[in-house]
Amino acid sequence: MVNLKINGQAVSVPEGYTVLEAAREVGIDIPTLCYLKDYSETGSCRMCVVEIVGARALQAACVYPVAEGIEVLTHSPKVKAARKSTLELLLSNHDRKCLTCIRNKHCELQTLSEELGVDDIRYEGEIIKREIDDLSPSIVRDNNKCVLCRRCVNVCKNIQTVGAIDATERGFKTQIACAFNKSLADSNCVNCGQCIAACPVGALKEKDNTAAVFEEIANPDKYVIVQTAPAVRAALGEEFGFEMGTPVTGKMAAALRRLGFDKVFDTDTGADITIMEEGTEFIERLNNGGKLPLITSCSPGWIKFCEHNFPDFLDNLSSCKSPHQMFGAVIKSYYAEKHNIDPKKICVVSVMPCVAKKFESSREEMEFNKLRDVDIVISTRELARMIKQAGIKFEKLPDEKFDAPFEEASGAGVIFGATGGVMEAALRTVADVLEGKSIDQIDYHAVRGTEGIKEATLNIAGKDVRIAVAHGLGNARKLLESIRSGEKNYEFIEIMACPGGCVTGGGQPICSAKEYMDHDVKAERAKALYTEDANSPVRKSHENPDIKLLYSEYFEKPGSHKAHELLHTTYVKRKRF
Amino acid sequence: MEEKKVVPFNGTKEQEKQLLEVIESHKGQDGAAIPVLHKAQDIYGYLPIEVQTMIAEGLNIPLAEIYGIVTFYTQFSLNPKGRYQIGVCLGTACYVKGSGDILEKIKSILGIDVGECTPDGKFSLDATRCIGACGLAPVMTINDDVYGRLVVDDVEDILGKYE
Repeated sequence: MVNLKINGQAVSVPEGYTVLEAAREVGIDIPTLCYLKDYSETGSCRMCVVEIVGARALQAACVYPVAEGIEVLTHSPKVKAARKSTLELLLSNHDRKCLTCIRNKHCELQTLSEELGVDDIRYEGEIIKREIDDLSPSIVRDNNKCVLCRRCVNVCKNIQTVGAIDATERGFKTQIACAFNKSLADSNCVNCGQCIAACPVGALKEKDNTAAVFEEIANPDKYVIVQTAPAVRAALGEEFGFEMGTPVTGKMAAALRRLGFDKVFDTDTGADITIMEEGTEFIERLNNGGKLPLITSCSPGWIKFCEHNFPDFLDNLSSCKSPHQMFGAVIKSYYAEKHNIDPKKICVVSVMPCVAKKFESSREEMEFNKLRDVDIVISTRELARMIKQAGIKFEKLPDEKFDAPFEEASGAGVIFGATGGVMEAALRTVADVLEGKSIDQIDYHAVRGTEGIKEATLNIAGKDVRIAVAHGLGNARKLLESIRSGEKNYEFIEIMACPGGCVTGGGQPICSAKEYMDHDVKAERAKALYTEDANSPVRKSHENPDIKLLYSEYFEKPGSHKAHELLHTTYVKRKRF
Repeated sequence: MEEKKVVPFNGTKEQEKQLLEVIESHKGQDGAAIPVLHKAQDIYGYLPIEVQTMIAEGLNIPLAEIYGIVTFYTQFSLNPKGRYQIGVCLGTACYVKGSGDILEKIKSILGIDVGECTPDGKFSLDATRCIGACGLAPVMTINDDVYGRLVVDDVEDILGKYE
């Protein structure tokens, strides 16, 4: 333990703590801007400066390690004046249209202004007018709002190892941009949206599709069906004041019904279909000498990353579409036929924890017979905005169920939203099929948790199956490079683009830097899903009665010709940059 | 988005071979980007997207980071120099005598910004620091020719002399 004094108070913290962390332990809140725990720790914005007694200059608390005997002043007059000047200078070149900003009331810059007592704009100067990049189907960048903190750059380059954006030009002209100021749409951006989740202000946001959804709902000729991904229920409540990790499945279904959707379905059913197809694909490749390792294909950010950076692994990717695309295709074929609805009149809306799904649904492969699988994708945040705009008191809603005939998905479908969940769901089905009976094991703890790369060797029906799970594209890169070099080998791999999996996807409610310091966001949201799984009457995809019916009435069996037409896809090689 | 406009790239196989050798000799080294960019600019005269992409792929550094470095340091140029290199002095004496207006006039005639080259490769434009001809302020140079005591209306005729 290291002993130090903060504002005269004796503090004892473990070695390796920063002054920022030590202060937080004893209830002192040091303001930050460029700091985002685990994602961005560069000490560049100077908002967190503190006085270290005896040191020559003010020091950045977010990167200053505690040392035995130091005395720290976190709110001395000198410190407060320095922070306030820094903030006022930032505000002098900021597009201060807070009322119409996507982050109004959820902006870290706005919070700082309040907490640091800025009551006047003292420095009026030139404000550079920047062009807004809204060409990407997933992400909008508005550099007029950017404070150059570089949280997005650090996440994109260091955590995701994508590096689509960086600081360009210098001095007053500095801006965060793609190479040659190209649009994100023309870059190696994979649309994961982790930059949005990292942004403290409104410089990055999702492409908003809520107006299109309201329009479709209002159209009497359209049959509008909504489906919601597993991870949405684990975080949507945060937008309405619920504790982090509170599942709000029932209230979400009720809210969607009140928004006017004709049918409210659960993408977990799509996840169960995915397991049927992907599990079958894995067993076939395993038994017939097919290309291994098989790598999951649910995460569209990961797919585009693979297409840019690991084209030599495209044959390893499962040919399965992602769950919401599969489910969209099933809705416009099986469901439409069975209920005598003209599929051309159906509009499928997916609510996703993800902004890459917007790009995915626009890929040309994602259709059959000229019918798009999914028509509109909105993020969890956009759904929350729609609920607020419709005047629905979310917290007062009763718990309701999804609509028949897909009322209840399996617990396996629910855990898709957490890292390791797809692998666990697949193993539950693959083990039963290979053993030829329903085995007792349901939980696979080796693939749970938030460690970057998880590995295990499982003995299934006398065969050793080596598996790995990676989340966050930096971890995915590490894993694939170890396979490329021959150092490692596996039969089955799950990869999710976002650190933590979908629960912390780029379309989820945004947590502030302070919330990241006080919560293990990935684990708390994942817990909501594992609890729902544990409470599910059916916990294996192939035991879901709706799925059994779907295959007996329509697809015949997983991997059938019809299943391939509707549920599988192809990939393209893309340039590295 | 307004992308940077550039002169069409016409690098030769020989230049490419030289660049690949430079990249190879710096592979795996920390801080390789800046020395490689310097040598690439020696080979090509400037650093177009094609060259930056080769460097990014070769050194395994994101293209956006390479571009960030190139646009940060003034010694790197995104544009080739023209057959006629115009320099407008923005030193103190020239500036107070109105060289800023001269520069604006050239920019509007040629349709390029400082640091750029006309798409036909004829003129490139730079703003220079004091060139030591303060007595002639405001001053501009085109290759080795020096033009002094300029007024805005002189610019068009001067540029017209160059074929």
